[in-house]
Amino acid sequence: MTTRPRITVVDHGAGNLVSIDQALTTVGAEVTLARDGEALRGADAIVVPGVGAAAPAMARLDAHGLTGPIRTWLVDARPFLGICLGLQLLFEGSDEDGATTLGIVPGRTIRLEGAPTLPHIGWNQVERTRAHPLFDGIADAADFYFVHSYAGEPASTARHLVLATTDHGGSFVSAIGIDAMLGVQFHPERSGPDGLRLLANFVDLVRAA
Amino acid sequence: MLRRRVIPCLDVADGRVVKGTRFVNLVDEGDPAELAERYAAEGADELVFLDITAATERRATLLDIVERTARRAFIPLTVGGGVRTVTEMRDVLRAGADKVSLNTAAVADPTLISRCAGRFGRQAVVVAIDARTLDTPPGAGLLRAWEVVVNGGRESTGLDVVAWAERAVDLGAGELLVTSIDRDGTGAGFDTVLLRAISSRVPVPVIASGGAAEPEDFVRAVRDGGADAVLAASIFHRRVHAIADVKAAMAAAGLPVRLVPAAVA
Repeated sequence: MTTRPRITVVDHGAGNLVSIDQALTTVGAEVTLARDGEALRGADAIVVPGVGAAAPAMARLDAHGLTGPIRTWLVDARPFLGICLGLQLLFEGSDEDGATTLGIVPGRTIRLEGAPTLPHIGWNQVERTRAHPLFDGIADAADFYFVHSYAGEPASTARHLVLATTDHGGSFVSAIGIDAMLGVQFHPERSGPDGLRLLANFVDLVRAA
Repeated sequence: MLRRRVIPCLDVADGRVVKGTRFVNLVDEGDPAELAERYAAEGADELVFLDITAATERRATLLDIVERTARRAFIPLTVGGGVRTVTEMRDVLRAGADKVSLNTAAVADPTLISRCAGRFGRQAVVVAIDARTLDTPPGAGLLRAWEVVVNGGRESTGLDVVAWAERAVDLGAGELLVTSIDRDGTGAGFDTVLLRAISSRVPVPVIASGGAAEPEDFVRAVRDGGADAVLAASIFHRRVHAIADVKAAMAAAGLPVRLVPAAVA
């Protein structure tokens, strides 16, 4: 029997946590929710989910003493998955509301320019630029569910971290990371069988870390 | 490329899926969570629950259904019907919905849209617009007009549909769910003129609703109406057409659709 790694999902007030809880549990994780820094203790991995704007999320992380511990966690290169807003927070700041974010990845969160519709809502293809076990068993250009108007744009010094891009009137970064520190702009917890497979791959990476 | 979505709608009353014609003559069509899981497996791109008796029923039943559904169907879920406050929207999102659709309450107090968008982001706010065709006055030529109706189509508002759609987007709607009350439940096809009148004026995705009967209707809603997504209820519940049939017709017409995935291994 394989072990169930402890994955702590950070609650920064952005709404639906049921889906990510259920999806991670389904693929073999022991899920706990964290509303303060203390709750990260004992975790094997952190997942930061969420949709919406960066400023309210950062304010909530600050208010609950989570910003420092999460940044330390990332500096220590421990297993991490940022989803949607959770990915955008890795960058230095967001053009959406001018928020200063975690600053782990050089670059900024910018508006999707040239998009025929905004928000970018629905299933779109994730085209891989670099092999990574996060996508094991998932076809290249498979569809995942997106819901956002902004996306993280890595600086030239961070382009090597890009794992996949997606097109919506222009190409944007839809997955980024190295080893078990990862971020995806789409919602694997809402992306059917391929989404569950991606989360299962992440759980495997956590086990191996 | 962004796929055009096919969305089964589950009208929920008293914890059961129902469907009637023009919001009346309701017939029981099953358990919401069970149907949701089936649709997800059959390739639904998203699900919409409309709690059509929400104004008079207790909310706990709905929240329970939302959570059971979110734990069984790993595709996005929008919930509408009777959400009147930011707090109610928060409860529905916490129960496992990704988006909430606002209708009557947004017409009564448009600031509800901006308050909900400010708190949860505009991507979580769908504004549902029920449109009724106005009689074309003599001399109007090709110009048609629609009026916003509320309370399940029972009440006129005097609001022009296109003007309300634009205002709703300005206030923070991230998506519009446009239902033709004239067509709803009739199988007469989507009102593509209505859809085009709105989709040509707003940047956000428009979901077509009301009147679906044949797979070709879905093609027309996208191709002629400019809809980003198409929604239907009874043709799926009663297995008149499978979601895969609708997607096959859309793909054959050259529209980008997500192919139905294999079952979870």
